[in-house]
Amino acid sequence: MTTTGVPVETPPGTAPAAPAAKTRGGGGGLGRYILIRFLLIFPTVFILVTLVFLLMRTTGDPITAALGGRLPPDQLAERIREAGYDRPLLVQYLEYLGQVFTGNFGTTISDNRPVIEVLFTYGGATLELAFYSLIVAFLVGIPLGMVAAYFRDRWGDAVLRIFAIFCYATPVFFAGLLLKLIFSVQLGWLPVAGRASTRSELDLTLLDNATGIYLIDAIRTGNSDIIQDVLLHAVLPAIALGLLTGGIFLRLVRTNVIGTLGRDYVDAARSRGVSEFRLVRKHAYKPALIPIITVIGLQIAMLLGGAVLTETTFEWKGLGFQLVEYLQARDFVAVQGIVALLAVIVAVTNFLVDIIAALIDPRVRY
Amino acid sequence: MTAATAPRRRLVDRLPVVHQVRQSVGLQRFMLVVGLVLTGVFVLVAISAPLLAPYGYNQLRGEAGAFGSRQPPSAEHLWGTTVGGFDVFSRVIWGTQTALLVIIVAVVLSIFIGVLLGLVSGYLGGWVDRVLVVVADAVYAFPSLLLAIVVAIVISGGQSSLLGGVMAAAISITVVFIPQYFRVIRAETVRIKAEAFVESARVIGAPTTRIMFRHVLRNATRTLPLIFTLNSSEAILTLAGLGFLGFGIEPTAAAEWGYDLNKAIADVTSGIWWTGLFPGLAIVFAVLGITLVGESLNDLADPRLRQRRAAAVGAGDVAETSVVPGGVLDAPGGIDGLEGGAR
Repeated sequence: MTTTGVPVETPPGTAPAAPAAKTRGGGGGLGRYILIRFLLIFPTVFILVTLVFLLMRTTGDPITAALGGRLPPDQLAERIREAGYDRPLLVQYLEYLGQVFTGNFGTTISDNRPVIEVLFTYGGATLELAFYSLIVAFLVGIPLGMVAAYFRDRWGDAVLRIFAIFCYATPVFFAGLLLKLIFSVQLGWLPVAGRASTRSELDLTLLDNATGIYLIDAIRTGNSDIIQDVLLHAVLPAIALGLLTGGIFLRLVRTNVIGTLGRDYVDAARSRGVSEFRLVRKHAYKPALIPIITVIGLQIAMLLGGAVLTETTFEWKGLGFQLVEYLQARDFVAVQGIVALLAVIVAVTNFLVDIIAALIDPRVRY
Repeated sequence: MTAATAPRRRLVDRLPVVHQVRQSVGLQRFMLVVGLVLTGVFVLVAISAPLLAPYGYNQLRGEAGAFGSRQPPSAEHLWGTTVGGFDVFSRVIWGTQTALLVIIVAVVLSIFIGVLLGLVSGYLGGWVDRVLVVVADAVYAFPSLLLAIVVAIVISGGQSSLLGGVMAAAISITVVFIPQYFRVIRAETVRIKAEAFVESARVIGAPTTRIMFRHVLRNATRTLPLIFTLNSSEAILTLAGLGFLGFGIEPTAAAEWGYDLNKAIADVTSGIWWTGLFPGLAIVFAVLGITLVGESLNDLADPRLRQRRAAAVGAGDVAETSVVPGGVLDAPGGIDGLEGGAR
């Protein structure tokens, strides 16, 4: 029943939302589990799309929201009728569902572009940012989490735990502001904002079949200056967003390594004279990684939310940046399209993560 | 459910936070106490904002004329002025009040609605339960900030009064939090429903509402303080996020840190640090304090993470209350404290 990862959400010792597979299948096997998890993608997306549609429409029709006050009333009414927004809400809703199902998200009102084109143009930038930040998060979270577990309840642990809480307590935009202040303005090492300098950006747009992922495009130009430029622009946004997730990973790794350090097999290894460092590094670390994989699914959703803030802070022209622009323009067609895409990403990621978790650890299969 | 058989402890030990402070030792006690102090300061500043702040949050001129824009820190303006000509120090102080108001409204609303839905859904079951679970899961999985923005736009299509702005922000946050309370209470309800005392109540003919509210709810609420603290810090961050993106409270209606940070981003390139640093630090310390309290309570309640406790004070009935808003992860070794950033 849980769409966000059956093993992840279930408090131990309770009998929540028993999935259909559990009550009927009695074993069922991996194939059945995958199928059921796959089918659960649809209600998740459906609910989110419906929710956003209804919320957006409680304020009125998209044309009035975007253009009201800027057009004379008769022209406004004309455009509303042309777009079919004067029909009953239910009819519009069913039509919208049909469109979403066929991958047609409509045309934006404020700049008259197909939503699907907007998604492709800016999706790459967000993907790139999310990828960089995940790297930062892993680089920070996993080694430091192991160090914290090694120094458990001593000063090293205390410092790292407080660091992790700071990572979480600092909003991305404030972290970004501090990073900019120090590394761009005071030291002048890194660019303040944007994804590339104007010259590189120009070169990149001239490229045929640009992916929108600047690093790939830059590598394809073969120009090392552009590659360097693109990478330098990514450093601060990646750190700002990555530290947030990194702090969470740190806490996660610490708790889990401490948990596995108490296991019998670790005690056995310790009694054989294996050094404490090696116990953390070799024995306790790998089992502790399994739950982290299951949590990444939730982190992806968080990254997407964080990306909106990060992109706005660094003028990183991705989906999040664009979403805020469209929200400010009250362009509900574009907003619905972007939200629908995000809903699909979240649902599919959770599905993939559940499958990976099931492959690694058979116990999570019901 | 050990409360019935455990010997009664002294009153001091049974007070929620006092008990935990006495129970903790060393580093854990340090973190808990620092958290309590920071949270206390936050609440005190919020209450006494009218006394502490030298100027109003939307005051642009004093006796000596207009404050001026982007003035560096001076004797008149301890932390300088913003690009809009407000006094930074005063806005940071007043901002605590806004944040506290939003936390209270948002958390009270979401506890009320989330607990009620979770209780009814978990106890009655059936298709309503199934639908609610799927909806709550879908909402829970989605980036909460985005949802909050959409709700904020729907509620406040240009609201500017203090009450309107606070309510809009609080309700946006509420929508995001309801699934968390719903899930926890529902899971508890499903568990408690199967206990013998509920069955006995049913056998002697107690009405369903009485069983739900008297027998089940009272036993299902012990995890709420933990989620409450963790959610309060998230409420501050969501409020600031909304303000930062321009969907929060208007600057003339109330002081809000996220809004000030949004304006400060542009100042950074010209080397102006005071407009952003102080509101940002205010957010960090407010969230830090509440998070430290929440995390310490969570650790103390979880026997796997608890350090050896002060011998005199038993863990008693808090032993099983390790709870994270999304539910405890059922994984080897257990996972705690990861709920922190589900934004």
